[in-house]
Amino acid sequence: MTAAIATSGLVKTFGATRALDGLDLTVNAGEVHGFLGPNGAGKSTTIRILLGILRADAGSVTVLGGDPWADAVALHRRIAYVPGDVELWPNLTGGEAIDLLGSLRGGLNRRRRDELIERFDLDPSKKGRTYSKGNRQKVAIVAALASDAELLLLDEPTAGLDPLMEVVFQEVIREVKAAGRTVLLSSHILAQVEKLADRISIIRQGRIVQSGTLAEMRHLTRTTVEADTATPVTGLDRLPGVHDAEVSGTRVRLAVDGAHLDGAIKHLTAFGIRALTSHPPTLEELMLRHYGDDLAAGNGTAAARR
Amino acid sequence: MTATATPALGRTAGPAAGNALAGTGRLVRFALRRDRVRIPVWLAALTLGSVWPAAAFPELYPTEAARRTAMATMNSPAGLAFTGPQRYLSDYHYGSMVSHQLLGFVVVFVGIMSVLLVTRHTRAEEETGRAELVRAAPVGRHAQLAAALILAVAVNAALAILLALGMGALGLEGTTWQGSLLYGAAHAATGVTFAGVAAVTVQLTAHSRGASGMGFAVVGAAYLVRAAGDSADSALSWASPIGWAQQTFPYLDDRWWPLLLNLAAAAVLAAAGFALSLRRDLGAGLRAARRGRPAASRLLATPLGFALRLHRGMLIGFAVGALLLGASYGPFLGDIEEMFRDIQVLQDALAALGGATVIDSFIAMVTTIFTLVATVHVVITALRPRSEETAGRAEPVLATGLSRTRWLASHLAVALAGGPVMLLLSGLALAATGAPAVAETGLFGKAVAAAAVHIPALWVTAGLAVALVGWLPRATVLAWLFVGYVGVTGYLGMLLRLPSWATALSPFSHVPRLPVEDFTWTPLLALTAIAAALIALGLYGFRRRDLETK
Repeated sequence: MTAAIATSGLVKTFGATRALDGLDLTVNAGEVHGFLGPNGAGKSTTIRILLGILRADAGSVTVLGGDPWADAVALHRRIAYVPGDVELWPNLTGGEAIDLLGSLRGGLNRRRRDELIERFDLDPSKKGRTYSKGNRQKVAIVAALASDAELLLLDEPTAGLDPLMEVVFQEVIREVKAAGRTVLLSSHILAQVEKLADRISIIRQGRIVQSGTLAEMRHLTRTTVEADTATPVTGLDRLPGVHDAEVSGTRVRLAVDGAHLDGAIKHLTAFGIRALTSHPPTLEELMLRHYGDDLAAGNGTAAARR
Repeated sequence: MTATATPALGRTAGPAAGNALAGTGRLVRFALRRDRVRIPVWLAALTLGSVWPAAAFPELYPTEAARRTAMATMNSPAGLAFTGPQRYLSDYHYGSMVSHQLLGFVVVFVGIMSVLLVTRHTRAEEETGRAELVRAAPVGRHAQLAAALILAVAVNAALAILLALGMGALGLEGTTWQGSLLYGAAHAATGVTFAGVAAVTVQLTAHSRGASGMGFAVVGAAYLVRAAGDSADSALSWASPIGWAQQTFPYLDDRWWPLLLNLAAAAVLAAAGFALSLRRDLGAGLRAARRGRPAASRLLATPLGFALRLHRGMLIGFAVGALLLGASYGPFLGDIEEMFRDIQVLQDALAALGGATVIDSFIAMVTTIFTLVATVHVVITALRPRSEETAGRAEPVLATGLSRTRWLASHLAVALAGGPVMLLLSGLALAATGAPAVAETGLFGKAVAAAAVHIPALWVTAGLAVALVGWLPRATVLAWLFVGYVGVTGYLGMLLRLPSWATALSPFSHVPRLPVEDFTWTPLLALTAIAAALIALGLYGFRRRDLETK
């Protein structure tokens, strides 16, 4: 598969802040790639480098086969972008802003524009300054999605949308994917990425700490098991691969490494299982594994500029 | 900017939390913290801008005879229009010269400062949404406007003290400490009046740019009204806050009471501002936002059309202002000729200048004023890309197929064409309103030529602004310092004979002053070349730097 985006060793500093610290990111053509990380991890900085709005201090970056700094304009015709903070012109209507951005990119699909305005329930005749954050976001989303761009760079695109609109957004992204276009979707909203992304890269303090399909990542992590047993469970601390076991009366909750799941379940059955739930690690848990030390340290280190 | 400190503001608002002014004191301190560079720069610039030219008077007019000549020159409708009431001429020592020639001019800038201060801390905060954050804390509904006005009063009071100290320390012949105090107070009281004007204009429109624009228009109108009143020695001067300041006659009569008019007007305007603010929602203007077109016109979808749309309001406003400005000087053309016809001495002096007529020198003189207005437009327009950038609106546009160069060049094109248009409109209006009174057929040609020769210098101004955007984006305020320098050297250069080294940095000082001087190509070509180089430099710099993002 060819890579739509490939960066290697990307470094970007803002004064003393190292926003990107050797970032290696690969996004394959035709995939929806989740770009997950807490605020300040460097998501927006990465996307801006991919757009040639910022220039990397070191490292290499290729977008759609070109250099985003040198070939910015040519690449931009093939890229659509939704910024994290959408600012509109106070005296231009939403409809005008959509058309403006679309035509500056090199034309937009009129029918698709009208359809998207309809689906997102946007009033295009209101002036920019009267829109709420969610509606400003919709303007940027419609402008980006009404184009025929090959690559969509979406920086926390649904941050201001209500749950209903979020569903519409997910539908539209699936259509985009079906059409063979590539999407880089940054978010700290885990459920959204989980639903849409083929592959995920987790960024933390300017570095990709993990990258792969959701299945691959789950393989690396632990399943949570909760059970209700006839007699209180004992002897969990002798089992290999079991973590964070909590027994309270006849209820037990534990996390177990994939390789040791079988042994753990066999151990539990000896106590007479009455109810059993197990679930794969959620992205919250994946994230907590990576940021766990941050939480413990008081969350103080990841405050880099976005 | 420093808005990060806002959420903590109301925390200790404490006992006064129930009242509409709760938190005002904290907001004032916060504003002082935000403007800790801006305010001292304004104060220093205004104090120097007033005291420095004053210090030059003894050198310019060393003898009684020189002062008498100056008095005779000033004693004409045009001379009085540029300076102040005729009464100052009754005893034209250095003190009354300073009050006569500088006060009315410097207070215009004091007014601009006051309007900007109030707008910046009220409407601009609402427009960016920061006001909401502050108001969500226990801060009263009137606290933000009250804080802005208190700040404006404090800054003006500081200016009064600085001017009084500066003039007092200068100790020119004819000045007294009592007069210097009044001289400073007259500036401050007028500034406070214009702060009151801004308290009203920020209620009217939802845009800070519009609010400050309306405020500037009132300052400009006040200057024109007093110019018209003084030139005819009529009571019309009393219809202008700037006129009230000049009617105090510092160093001559030292009468304080006209300043009460300034303060009373300020109080009424401020009260109106508070009352109007209750009739609107936070973030909204009194005029409800209208709906617009649901789709873009074909023009808007082009880079230049887009730039034109963003500058449209400013272009219309300045065009109207430029026409009014030109039209307000035209009627003097007739008077001047009549007046000077009777004064043989001046006729001889003018003849010695190479046959220039009084009308010609008047045209050259007012064109300098027109140029200043056009310069302001050029700088506003050329710096617009920077404000688009900091507002986060450049980023989505530059993520499309529009190149940085083309985007910046579109705004620049509006600046390069818009400034000259303003200048020519003023020139045409001058000729059109002057023509009926003057039996001279070449008037249109002269007025237009006098304006047109300044176009390359306007381009240099645009080039400087764009070079700053490209290379020193955080220092674009330097473009405004440049406007101040051009204004002081251009305007005062006419009144005082400033040494050539002091004016040489102004591109306008190298322009042949038609119709008094002869036309020469060399300086115009040189200025055009400098402008082109600055523009190329700016476009290059903007292409190679990071965009500033939110």
